[in-house]
Amino acid sequence: MTRGQWRKGVNAAMLSLTGLCTILVASVLFVILAYLAWNGGRSLNWDFFTKLPAPVGESGGGMVNAIVGSGKLLAVAVLIGVPTGFLGGVYLAEFGHGWFPYLVRYATDLLNGVPSIVMGIFAYAMVVHRMGHFSTVAGGVALGVMMIPIALRTTEEFLHGVPGSLREGAMALGASKSRTVFTVVVPAALDGIVSGMMLDLARVAGETAPLLFTALGNPFWSKGWLEPTASLPVMIYTYAISPYEDWHRQAWAAGFVLLSLVLAVNVAARLILSRATSHR
Amino acid sequence: MMRRMLCATLGVALMTGVASAQINVTGAGATFPNPMYSKWFNEYHKQFPNIQINYQPIGSGGGIKQVTEATVDFGASDGPMTDDQIKEFKVKRGTNILHFPTVLGADVPTYNIPGVTAELNFTPEALAGIFLGKITKWNDAAIAGPNPGVKLPASDIVVVHRSDGSGTTYVWTDYLSKVSPEWNAKVGKGTSVNWPVGLGGKGNEGVAGQVKLTQNSIGYVELIYAKQNKMSYGKVKNRSGAFIKAELASVSAAADGVTIPDDFRVSITDSPAKTAYPVSSFTWLLIPEEIKDKQKLKVIQDFLKWMLGPGQKMTETLDFAPLPAPVVAKETKALAKVH
Amino acid sequence: MASVSTPLAPLEAQPSPSFIKRLHAGDAVAHTITLIAASSIFLVTLLLVYYLWSESVLPRQKFGWNFIFTSVWDPVAGQFGALPFVFGTAVTAILALIISVPIGLGAAIFLAELAPRRISSYMTFLIELLAAVPSVIYGLLGITLLVPVLQSHVVPALKATLGFLPIFSGPFYGVSIFSASVVLAIMIVPFIVSVSREVLLAVPTEQREASLALGSTRWETTWKVVVPYASRGIYGSIFLALARALGETMAVTMVIGNTPRIQTSLLAPGYTIAAVIASEFTEATGDLYLQALIELGLVLFALTILINGIAQLLILATGPRLARS
Repeated sequence: MTRGQWRKGVNAAMLSLTGLCTILVASVLFVILAYLAWNGGRSLNWDFFTKLPAPVGESGGGMVNAIVGSGKLLAVAVLIGVPTGFLGGVYLAEFGHGWFPYLVRYATDLLNGVPSIVMGIFAYAMVVHRMGHFSTVAGGVALGVMMIPIALRTTEEFLHGVPGSLREGAMALGASKSRTVFTVVVPAALDGIVSGMMLDLARVAGETAPLLFTALGNPFWSKGWLEPTASLPVMIYTYAISPYEDWHRQAWAAGFVLLSLVLAVNVAARLILSRATSHR
Repeated sequence: MMRRMLCATLGVALMTGVASAQINVTGAGATFPNPMYSKWFNEYHKQFPNIQINYQPIGSGGGIKQVTEATVDFGASDGPMTDDQIKEFKVKRGTNILHFPTVLGADVPTYNIPGVTAELNFTPEALAGIFLGKITKWNDAAIAGPNPGVKLPASDIVVVHRSDGSGTTYVWTDYLSKVSPEWNAKVGKGTSVNWPVGLGGKGNEGVAGQVKLTQNSIGYVELIYAKQNKMSYGKVKNRSGAFIKAELASVSAAADGVTIPDDFRVSITDSPAKTAYPVSSFTWLLIPEEIKDKQKLKVIQDFLKWMLGPGQKMTETLDFAPLPAPVVAKETKALAKVH
Repeated sequence: MASVSTPLAPLEAQPSPSFIKRLHAGDAVAHTITLIAASSIFLVTLLLVYYLWSESVLPRQKFGWNFIFTSVWDPVAGQFGALPFVFGTAVTAILALIISVPIGLGAAIFLAELAPRRISSYMTFLIELLAAVPSVIYGLLGITLLVPVLQSHVVPALKATLGFLPIFSGPFYGVSIFSASVVLAIMIVPFIVSVSREVLLAVPTEQREASLALGSTRWETTWKVVVPYASRGIYGSIFLALARALGETMAVTMVIGNTPRIQTSLLAPGYTIAAVIASEFTEATGDLYLQALIELGLVLFALTILINGIAQLLILATGPRLARS
């Protein structure tokens, strides 16, 4: 074999190998989706969405309280994480000067690196222990604080991406700094910021560890915001490690519902993002 | 004038409406009695729709810890609190913690051996040896001896124990400490011990789930978990020499003739009674002596009374033995302590 | 005449004072509000670090640095050593990298260099979706799908070929360090693919063109020119994936066996820092026990910060565009 043939052969082999790697990775997604759809989809019934859990060992029942509970937890998380992250990002991109922004950026990176379980024990000490009981608010706080770093980075990144000409134009027309930022720059970056927030939300929607010590769980409806609450991820965990077949069935269904929601938000966010970047 | 009175009446009506609205009480602890408690609180809520008692099975260790930290209104454990833990509670909460037995249950050795469906007979020495890691194969003489006619494979035994702090562990290790001096010296008893061998599962459910998944494994779970999941479990040889299966009669027999102390903390493992199942135990609700929230106090008092009455009638369907009559009588008197 | 010699006032916009005040006030308000938000983030982080440090004082005083090097974890006797968990965390993470980096890098190379544009974008989109799958779902699939597959096909094959190695010795019960590592590998692969692909795309086209002009094949250009150029960023992606793997809790605790013991065989069960905190935190009675768990959290946090820091430096070194991704 000539050297040229050898090199061509290696080229073809490597092309196929790397292609194989890509197919392997992408196929994992399909396997996950297919498995969940098959096992979870079969187990989905009207009861799942409307009934409360049945007592241990009895079959039937559903997860309606967990679905609503997850919704409430995410509502609190968004209320805490989105404004703080957004305003912090605006500060870093538009208003900050001197050494303080570096400190804030470093702190945000630190916060982003906190493992979710550590966030859980932090929220337990700060909220649950002080309030004297487990609650939706405590879980929401844990998730909300986890949302902040990505919300901030996304906001800062997309604000930076707005061309300077837009800012200068606004200021030339006599707008004040704050007016420029909030009526011109932010709207220009809004698509990117919104998509980033959606991705952030989808990420915390699936978090389980922080909820173990904050929202705890509840076989009944959780009234208001100060009671422990069931949530989809924790139910999946509890049911999955149990020996009851019926609970496994429900864990699949819950997993399917959770994954569908998370992926739907992800896809929507990325569509908005691609529309945003194509406008640039 | 009429409008004002109407508004006032409406306001009062709404207020009283609010007053008789939902009362939520949260408890946490043992997974051992969880099937029973889950059923009880579900039934109680059906009878009294405005009362929700939320019980979370996070393990006896968790129950003791969280009731001490006052993040839950009551705890539950099948390992009675140690004197140190009771002292810690008194220091942190300024009041005493009371133990109220609820049912009698049993730890059974459940196993998953391919091809073996028979009920195996286990001697105390065999169990201690397996959990110490000294008996490593299923066809070991110590196991095969009491089981003539059962073909045991030469496979390695996989031990499954609790990864979380557990009253079920307390009962199991309490028993092993009594019947095996080596276990007592090396490992001892407690809700969390330094296991010589084995995999960890979270909660009774986790251990049962793990045993179901793993071939040639053995674990210890509360009877109902083995039964509900149609898992094989063995008989254990008691002090009188008979191989006893865990069931209502044998579990109740374990409490026969046992003197119940005033604080209700008593171990009934390795009972001398002839027909007793040797790994039986009470399980307790941990109630603070003084409960400041008067609404919650009433809920807890009412529930405890219900538990000692109609509640006791529901235990047998879930294979828990009801409390012996003298215990019920003593407990009813002790209820007055909670204020 | 007096009026003629008076100099004219310079021509400029003369808004009324109240308007200026309003302008400045608006800016000041906005500045303050955003400053408060930024400061609160800074303060929360400070509080978190302070909490982890101050609430782990008992075991730090009692064990000092020995905490990290002792392997006994005995709550009954009050002996706490982090070594089994550090070992488990490190081994699962490293093994996950060994599995995922070649595959992830291979996919990234294909998507950045060799695939047509359309296919590249669609495939990248799908692979990035993998990163969105929650950990507990990986755990669920781990228990029900992965572990049985490992038990029936992969591990017997492994043992048949490499069983003589001590790392593949001993019985396999399904839950093990190996299983946890495989699950982790699947979870971190999207990060490696995504960031490496970006890094590779950022390599200037001139480099490729020069190489091709000299007669290299596509593969030779990629492997010998593009990848080395982007190598720092690729290392950065590896460290990023590592940081993610270190903190994974749910998927790991469902498939690792939860056993605080150090064993040579990868087929044996183990424990990680995140998993033990999840299992034992709610029930740690006694201050020493609880604080030992918090100290574990501190160790994990410090480790993650270190790895993330290295990752940032490496990605920064490849180009400012990547520094903000």
